[in-house]
Amino acid sequence: MTKVMAQLAMVMNLDKCIGCHTCSVTCKQAWTNRAGTEYVWFNNVETRPGQGYPRTYQDQEKWRGGWELNHRGRLQLKAGGRLRKLFSIFANPLMPSIQDYYEPWTYDYDRLFSAPMQDDTPVARPKSLITGENTKISWSANWDDNLAGGPELAPADPVLRKLSDQVKLEFEQAFMFYLPRICEHCLNPSCVASCPSGAMYKRSEDGIVLVDQDRCRGWRMCVTGCPYKKVYFNHKTGKAEKCTFCYPRVEVGIPTVCSETCVGRLRYIGLILYDADRVAEAASVPDEKDLYEAQRSVLLDPNDPEVIAAARAEGIPEDWLEAARRSPIYKLIFDFGVALPLHPEYRTMPMVWYIPPLSPVVDVLSGTGHDGEDADNLFGAIDALRIPIGYLAELFTAGDPEPVRNVLRRLAAMRSYMRQINLGRERDESIATAVGMTGERVEEMYRLLAIAAYSERYVIPKAHAEQGARLEESMSGCSLDFEGGPGMGGPFGEASGMPVPVAVENFHALKDRQTTGALVDPEDRQNRVNLLNWDGKGTPDGLFPDKNGRKEP
Amino acid sequence: MNALDVVLWVVAPYLAITVFVLGHVWRYRYDKFGWTTRSSQMYESRLLRIGSPLFHFGILVVLLGHIGGLVIPKSWTEAAGVSEEAYHITAVVLGTVAGVATLGGLAILIYRRRTVGPVFTATTRNDKLMYAVLALVIVLGLAATVAANIIGGGYDYRTTISPWFRSIFYFQPDPALMAGAPPLFQLHALSALLLFAIWPFTRLVHMLTAPVGYLTRPYVVYRSRDDQRGSRKPRRGWEPTR
Repeated sequence: MTKVMAQLAMVMNLDKCIGCHTCSVTCKQAWTNRAGTEYVWFNNVETRPGQGYPRTYQDQEKWRGGWELNHRGRLQLKAGGRLRKLFSIFANPLMPSIQDYYEPWTYDYDRLFSAPMQDDTPVARPKSLITGENTKISWSANWDDNLAGGPELAPADPVLRKLSDQVKLEFEQAFMFYLPRICEHCLNPSCVASCPSGAMYKRSEDGIVLVDQDRCRGWRMCVTGCPYKKVYFNHKTGKAEKCTFCYPRVEVGIPTVCSETCVGRLRYIGLILYDADRVAEAASVPDEKDLYEAQRSVLLDPNDPEVIAAARAEGIPEDWLEAARRSPIYKLIFDFGVALPLHPEYRTMPMVWYIPPLSPVVDVLSGTGHDGEDADNLFGAIDALRIPIGYLAELFTAGDPEPVRNVLRRLAAMRSYMRQINLGRERDESIATAVGMTGERVEEMYRLLAIAAYSERYVIPKAHAEQGARLEESMSGCSLDFEGGPGMGGPFGEASGMPVPVAVENFHALKDRQTTGALVDPEDRQNRVNLLNWDGKGTPDGLFPDKNGRKEP
Repeated sequence: MNALDVVLWVVAPYLAITVFVLGHVWRYRYDKFGWTTRSSQMYESRLLRIGSPLFHFGILVVLLGHIGGLVIPKSWTEAAGVSEEAYHITAVVLGTVAGVATLGGLAILIYRRRTVGPVFTATTRNDKLMYAVLALVIVLGLAATVAANIIGGGYDYRTTISPWFRSIFYFQPDPALMAGAPPLFQLHALSALLLFAIWPFTRLVHMLTAPVGYLTRPYVVYRSRDDQRGSRKPRRGWEPTR
C-alpha cells in the first residue's frame, strides 16, 4: 500500500520566457514590498549563463545547501547534522550576507523638489536601505541580466564552471536563456529539515512549504539548508520568509501571482500525486544521474485505479483526484515527457519543473544560414551543439545529457511537425515517430505548449469548503507594518504584537478612507467621502449634506 | 536583619521571579511574532563569528557553573567526594575562563553593534537597556569572583549565598544569609534580579526557546491546513464542528 499525497506543482516553459521580469515585479508588489524584505525576491528571473541570485548560489561546495549521502549511503544535510547545526547556531558560517544578494537602495527623490534654484539639474542620489547612507550601486538581483558584464561576470557561473574543462565560453556564439525561479516546494525539503525550531513545514494537503511566523525564532538555518536559496531572512522582523505558492490564491482555485501575470503564458500549475513513503528512498539513489528518473518514479499515475483507491483511503477528495487526472504537470512530465526538475542532484525532489529551451539551438542554426525549423537540421544540431546541452544537463539532470537531448528532440519535432501543417503540407508522421510520439500526441502537446489556454495551464482544485472558515484570517502580516506606519512600534520593536486580523484592518482602513479627505483638503474632511471605497451600501458620513445644513462636529 | 534586607533579599527576588514567569507567559501569549533572536548576521558576520560564539558558549558554561554552585548543596558534592579545595579551584578556574570569554565576547558584540552602521541602526532602546544591564551583571559577577577568590583569601558562597538562593525556592527565604555576603556579591545578585525582571521584555526571550527539540524530531515536518485556525483561536463554545 502506498501513502498517496497531493502536491501542487509548477512547470515553466523556458522557450517562452522573454525575461521581462513581470512575474518578479508583481510578486514583489504582492508579497515583499515591506521593510526588511527590500532585497527579497520570492520570484526572480536569472539570465543563464550568469551568477544567479544570490551570487553563485548553485555552488554547493561553498554554500552547502541541500542533501548529500553519507558514507553509509544515507541522506544527511550537506551543511551538517543536527548537533553540528545546533553548535553553529550562534554564528552560522554558511549564511549569505546582504552583499551576496545585493544592498537594496532607494533614491533621494526629495532632493529633486527641495534643491534650491541652481545652474545644474539636481540629481537624486542612491541611498542604501540598509545603512541609510549614500551608496554606490554595484550589484542587484539581476545585475548580469542579458549577459551584461559578460566576460567578467559570466565565467563565475557555477554551472558553467563545471563545464569549463570541456567547452570554452565563446561569446561570439554566446547562447543565453532566462530562468525564472520560485521556491521549489520540494518533496524532501532540506530547509524544513534544517529548521531547529520546527517552524517550517510542508502542508499535508497540497505540499506547499511554509514558515510559521509565530514559531520562527530566527536561527537562520533554513537559509543555509535551501540549495536554491529561496528562504530569506527578514532583517527587520528577524524571521524567515519564503515563497508561499500564493496559498491564499490557490486555495480558492486561482493561479499564483507570478503565473497569472506571466506575459509569455509559460507557467503551468497542477496537482501531482506522489508516494510519500518512497521519497527518502528515491532521494538517496547513489548515482546523481539517476535522480531524475528516481524523482519521476515517486510520482503516481492518477489514472491508475490502485492509486485512486489508495488516494481515497488517504482522504484525498474526489475533485482533487479529478484535478490530478487533468493536471498539465502530469502531462508535461509523463505524457509528453518534456519537463525536467531543476538541480535534482541537490536531492530535495524539487516540484517546480522546467521545459528546457530549444531557442538557443534554433538561434545558432538560423545564424549559420540553415533552416532552423527543418526536422533533420534540428535533430543534427541538437546532437552537435554540446554547449547548450551540456549546460542544460547540469541544470536539469545532474549532468546527464541524454534526457535533455530527448526533450529537445521532442520540442524540435513539434516545431517541424506543426510547420508542415501551417504550410498546408501533409502531416509527416515520421517526424513524430522519430521521437517516440504520435502525430496526435504532438498536436496535443502543441495545444498545451503553444496555445496554452488558461483553463488548461491552470488546473487548481479549490481548498475544501468545509475548511473554509479556517482559511479566512490565515494571513499573518499587517499591511500597515511599514516603517513609520501605524502598525509599527509594538512594545518590542518592529512588528511585535499580535497580527491585526485582515478583516478588522480592512474595516478600519475603509472607515478611515471613507471619512478622510486629508490628502486633498484637511479643512473639510467631514464633508468628503471617497466614492471609490463606497460599496453602494449605507450612507457614509459626508456622502450627503447634513439634514439641518450644519456640519457634524 | 532590618527592613532593607527583607526588601532586597526577600521581596525583590520574588518580584523578579514573578515578573520573569508572568512576563514570559504574557509575551508568549501576545507576542509570538516578536519572539525571535533578531539576528543581525545579514549585516555583518566577520565580528559576529568571533564575538557571538565566544559570548554564548561562555555564558552557557557560566550558567552551568551557577547551577553547580547555587543549586547543588555543598553537602551533596562533599558526599560525592569532591573536597572543598577541589571544588574551589575548579570553580575559580572554569568560572574565570568562562567569565572572561563571556565578557570578551560581549565586548566584541557591543563594539560591533556600535560601529557597524546597519547593526547600530537596527538597535532599539530596549536593546541598549538590555545590553547595559547584561554587561553590568557579568562585570559584577566576574569582579566578585576575582576580588574574593583570586585576589582575596577566598569566599565560600556555598555556605551563604547558595542556601539563600535555595531558600527562595522552598518558600522559606532567609535574608540574613545574604545580608552578610560581600558587597560585590550582593550587587551581582541585585543586578541579576534586575536582569530577570526585564528579561521577558527583551530579545533575551530567545533563550527560553533554545531548539533542543531539533535533536529528536523527524527531519521533515508535515502540518495540516486544519491546524491553522486563522489568527485567533475560537472562543469557548464556538469551536468548529468536526
